[in-house]
Amino acid sequence: MTMSEPQAARGATKARGAIWRRAFSYILPFVVVASLWQIASLFFPPFLFPSLIDVFKRCFGILVHWDQLSDVLATVGRILAGLAGAFFIGAALAVVMARSQSANRFLSPILTLFQGIPALSWVVFAIIWFHGIEPRIFFIMVMTTLPAFTFQVLGALQGMSRDLTEMVMSFRPTRAKLFRVMIIPAILPDIMTAWKVNLGNASRVVVVAELVGATGGVGYELLQQQQVFDMAGALAWTLQLVFFVLIAQAVLTFIENIVFRYRAVSERTL
Amino acid sequence: MTVAQPIIRLDQVTKAFGASSAGASFKAVDRLDLEVGSGQMLALLGKTGCGKSTIFNMIAGLTEPTSGIVTVDGRNPFHDFDAFRGKIAIVFQNDRLLPWRTAVQNVELGLEMLDIPPGQRNETAMHWLGKLGLLGHEHDYPHALSGGMRQRVSIARAFATDANILLCDEPFSALDEMTGRTLRAEFLKLVKENGKTAVFITHSINEALEIGDRIIVLRRPANIAIDLRLETETTVAEKDEIRQKIQNVLAM
Ligand SMILES: Nc1ncnc2c1ncn2[C@@H]1O[C@H](COP(=O)(O)OP(=O)(O)OP(=O)(O)O)[C@@H](O)[C@H]1O
Ligand SMILES: [Mg+2]
Repeated sequence: MTMSEPQAARGATKARGAIWRRAFSYILPFVVVASLWQIASLFFPPFLFPSLIDVFKRCFGILVHWDQLSDVLATVGRILAGLAGAFFIGAALAVVMARSQSANRFLSPILTLFQGIPALSWVVFAIIWFHGIEPRIFFIMVMTTLPAFTFQVLGALQGMSRDLTEMVMSFRPTRAKLFRVMIIPAILPDIMTAWKVNLGNASRVVVVAELVGATGGVGYELLQQQQVFDMAGALAWTLQLVFFVLIAQAVLTFIENIVFRYRAVSERTL
Repeated sequence: MTVAQPIIRLDQVTKAFGASSAGASFKAVDRLDLEVGSGQMLALLGKTGCGKSTIFNMIAGLTEPTSGIVTVDGRNPFHDFDAFRGKIAIVFQNDRLLPWRTAVQNVELGLEMLDIPPGQRNETAMHWLGKLGLLGHEHDYPHALSGGMRQRVSIARAFATDANILLCDEPFSALDEMTGRTLRAEFLKLVKENGKTAVFITHSINEALEIGDRIIVLRRPANIAIDLRLETETTVAEKDEIRQKIQNVLAM
């Protein structure tokens, strides 16, 4: 069956309309919040509710001035370094715990204990135990994200299909091959999720870590803004960090979409 | 029944599941003696849940017997892990394809474990996919294949490694009559021409009579109720008699 010209054109218009509606529903909440803020800025002094135009100017200023942008990048680097450290240590611990019941029984309570320690306590411990800004921040980042990474990787390992694992084992793989053909592909979806979750946590912890001790980074800059009661600056620095988290999440989602193409998608969604 | 040259030996093998301390353990296999000779084509029959797959898992070295001894080619399949690489191939009851691999990559799995170079791996895998009528689907992921197609991919995966011992858990059950018949003939030829040893589980007495040269019927929990050999000169009347005998045991 062929569509007549006007019919086809109408179909295309309809599709474009649907895309616009989707885009609109995404930005609507932001528009509402921004509008409320902007209205508030008309009635309150700038140190309480600065105009969003000023905030935008400050954001732009951060992006174009290298000495400021380098602060953002330093913070980003600290987040990624901390996460990478926590991930590798956590994954190693998880493998040990998955293989040995007694290791699991020994390590689980310790990690649970760590989870209950506030980020600020780690900051104090780091200052007392370590010299130098970067080792302190790295230590804080690792300690605060390690338990979550470990439990998430352990859960993924324990949740692996026994049927599939036994099938692979029936071919008698070497340990390295077992990891490559079975364990890594099987736990990869959970690892991606763990990174997404921990990225959010780490970006919140990193500014706390930087507040005490750092001489650069978003946390340090926030402290400066607080001392001069510069709300526009505080917002601008916060937004820079949020932007980064959004970009990193988008990169992870992009990777997921490529790597997990094999997944069956039901036409009945949840 | 003793066999001149047993390649698989089960000696008073028991497998119990469940916590033994609670005393609530459940015997899936009970003091089973079984010898399978080199080059034999053994059909294993028995009611559902009687422990057939459990016997396979013990021969394949995936589980350890609770008591008794399992030896394959004179070695312990559970503890001698590396010694059996490429020696035993299994067609599982469910297809067990890796969802993140395409059909051809799934078939290549066993060949990867044997360090066969990629080009040759692909060639062998494609050869087997062709034999099983799956050409054109080699780059499909498992979720895009039908149940019978997935089962055929898993047969290809097992046969591609050219192992000497084949363990097949209802390999032809998910197939239509015609495809099943063709594959049974192919399977028989493969085993007989290459002097392989095969044990296959089936729920079809006819299938057992058609390609088996020895039939064992199990009770529940698994131990031997009937153990008989078929010769090439076994007549139709004798086969009918055997069929009746098997039916009687399975009806118990
Ligand atoms: N891992 C396990 N844990 C506990 N019980 C098990 C386990 N595996 C098997 N069983 C039990 O052992 C018995 C035998 O199981 P098995 O899978 O060997 O049966 P089967 O003869 O292959 O049956 P079917 O013909 O239906 O495939 C069953 O009753 C089952 O409940
Ligand atoms: Mg079974």
